[in-house]
Amino acid sequence: MSAILSKLNSSELLGGKKGVLGLAVLAAIIFVVLPLGVDIFRLNLVGKYLTYAFVAVSLVLLWGNGGILSLGQGIFFGLGGYGMAMFMKLEASDPISTKIQTTPGIPDFMDWNQLTAIPWFWEPFKSLPLTILAILVIPALFAYIIGFAMFKRRVGGVYFAIITQAIALILSILIVGQQGLTGGVNGITDLKTMLGWDTRVNGILLFGCILLSRYILTSKFGMLLLAMRDKEERVRFSGYDVSDFKIFIFCIAAMISAIGGAMFTLQVGFMSPSFVGIVPSIEMVIFCAVGGRISLIGAVYGTLLVNYGKTFFSETYPELWLFLMGGLFMAVVMFFPNGLAGLWDQHARKLKFMKRFYDDTPEPERFEPTLSATKEAVEAPVAKKEKPAKVASMKGAKA
Amino acid sequence: MFGYSMADIGNIVVMQGFSGLSMFTVLLLMALGLAIIFGQMGVINMAHGEFMAIGAYTTVMISKLAANYGFVNYYFVFAIVIAFALAFAVGYFIEFIMIRHLYKRPLDTLLATWGLSLVMQQIFRSTFGAKEVSAELPEWMLGSFKPTPDIDIPINGVFVMFLAIIVTAGVYLFMFRSRWGLRVRATVQNRVMAGAVGINTAKVDRMTFALGCGIAGIAGAAFTTIASTGPTTGTLYIVDSFMVVVFGGAASLMGTIASAFGIAQAQSILQFFMTSSMGKVSTLLVIVGILMMKPEGLFASKLRK
Repeated sequence: MSAILSKLNSSELLGGKKGVLGLAVLAAIIFVVLPLGVDIFRLNLVGKYLTYAFVAVSLVLLWGNGGILSLGQGIFFGLGGYGMAMFMKLEASDPISTKIQTTPGIPDFMDWNQLTAIPWFWEPFKSLPLTILAILVIPALFAYIIGFAMFKRRVGGVYFAIITQAIALILSILIVGQQGLTGGVNGITDLKTMLGWDTRVNGILLFGCILLSRYILTSKFGMLLLAMRDKEERVRFSGYDVSDFKIFIFCIAAMISAIGGAMFTLQVGFMSPSFVGIVPSIEMVIFCAVGGRISLIGAVYGTLLVNYGKTFFSETYPELWLFLMGGLFMAVVMFFPNGLAGLWDQHARKLKFMKRFYDDTPEPERFEPTLSATKEAVEAPVAKKEKPAKVASMKGAKA
Repeated sequence: MFGYSMADIGNIVVMQGFSGLSMFTVLLLMALGLAIIFGQMGVINMAHGEFMAIGAYTTVMISKLAANYGFVNYYFVFAIVIAFALAFAVGYFIEFIMIRHLYKRPLDTLLATWGLSLVMQQIFRSTFGAKEVSAELPEWMLGSFKPTPDIDIPINGVFVMFLAIIVTAGVYLFMFRSRWGLRVRATVQNRVMAGAVGINTAKVDRMTFALGCGIAGIAGAAFTTIASTGPTTGTLYIVDSFMVVVFGGAASLMGTIASAFGIAQAQSILQFFMTSSMGKVSTLLVIVGILMMKPEGLFASKLRK
């Protein structure tokens, strides 16, 4: 705790002057500008987008800073969302309001599928504390199992991406197939939402997650994470057990995504397998990439911007949307690997009134993603002298 | 077992096994292209399914043309050649404008090619409509072949299987018995050294990528004989074919064949005894489980680590 406080004092936790400014602007937008400036329908949409921002933030930790690309964040988003949806569905299906069913007191889709009792794994979701616990623990446990099995065997990079993608596919097929237990392709629907109020809860939780992530990134562990991204073998040779760190960050990212999923259910009032599978998982990666894969706050803006574009274009020019989305993927990867945050950093430091916010942050290096793990394995054993300058530049890259 | 007699089970296994074989051929043709692009070059081509769709749409168009001018019985030969050529050309172009800038960033090729696949899907949808289209099959391909009264084997399946065998043999000869294949393998193993002995590595990369895409085009042509084609047809097979390549061991041709066979057969036979989704789930689960135990795949060439 005292470590956190001393960090707060040195304002390192908030990311220096520039970080404080960034958080303040984002807070002003989420808590003041949007609630006052847009109607309730749009505000609810913004609330929905903010729940995706949790996943984007988790990907900044995992992918931008840890170099681990997970194409399965939809798994954890879905687990969190389904946890909350199961609780709310049980809440909504009390015996009185469901008395027209053959078996009153169970969720409607179970009744349609001739189930007569609530399945065992639904039981814990009758209580709110257990539900909240499950939303946090089950995704983390799942991530631990996946991470343990893969990182301990030094599976990384491309293979990790493909296997997490396959797991996302498995989970979505499973949910669609087991209609009686999960609501099938329609998902769990007709839930109450907390209109208006939850955008703020959403925002507060999102800030909590951003601060937690920044705390992780500014700690010694964050330095190790960057070092692992850039030269994994060298970190291993220095005596660190790389796999443990990777498992840890994967679990944290899973929990943050799951919180986002639970908030999504609260916000939108349903949860369906279309938020679990491959397509949403990859879309969430693009939110993060557009915002700037190493910037926590950039990820939030990236999510808001891409989703705003998606809503705008699918309302007005539906056939253009896929072209734009696809073009965005290619353009971001090829021309702006640092995303919005990179563009902003490049230009803002030249503006006069922004200058003083940049005094305490060094010029960022251009982000050069590293080669694949296999290539590194070949390169790493070649002994190179450790350059002290490298440490300073790593610190700059994280701001 | 499950209320079937032994003879029934025998017939079911033969027929499901055969329907698994047609799935095997499509998976194999898809995976052969991927094994070259991903296994050899390390590029994750998420748009591979869309290159297959290029081949499929080309074949459908040619079959419509053939139906108008009355050469339905032998249009397929042209269709395969043109499907290959078109997918090859598009692949060549894509490598030139996009992929060659991303060789050092394998994870980013994944995102960029996913974007490409979205764009291509929308192009298909705008050009050919959202509805699925199917090719006019020549008469000799319809009907079925009955070795015993209870067993029914569709002829188009047999045809596609022969096609797959020919293409596989072709890829083998190209990769392991030709000058070109030698250059490809040399470039993959040691790019700098290959360049030093006078191989134009940039050209080799472009040809290799285009070849992989061309084979996906042939897969598309084969696909039209067993199912109809829609704008999102390619995405249905992309994860499966990646699993085939990874499961077989990325750089091994034998492994790709064996794992395509295993995955297709397991899915097909399990789908009969369980629901179709559970069949797929259990197959994928087993593969993921095995990959977690043995990440380098079943038939990986031995490497010093």
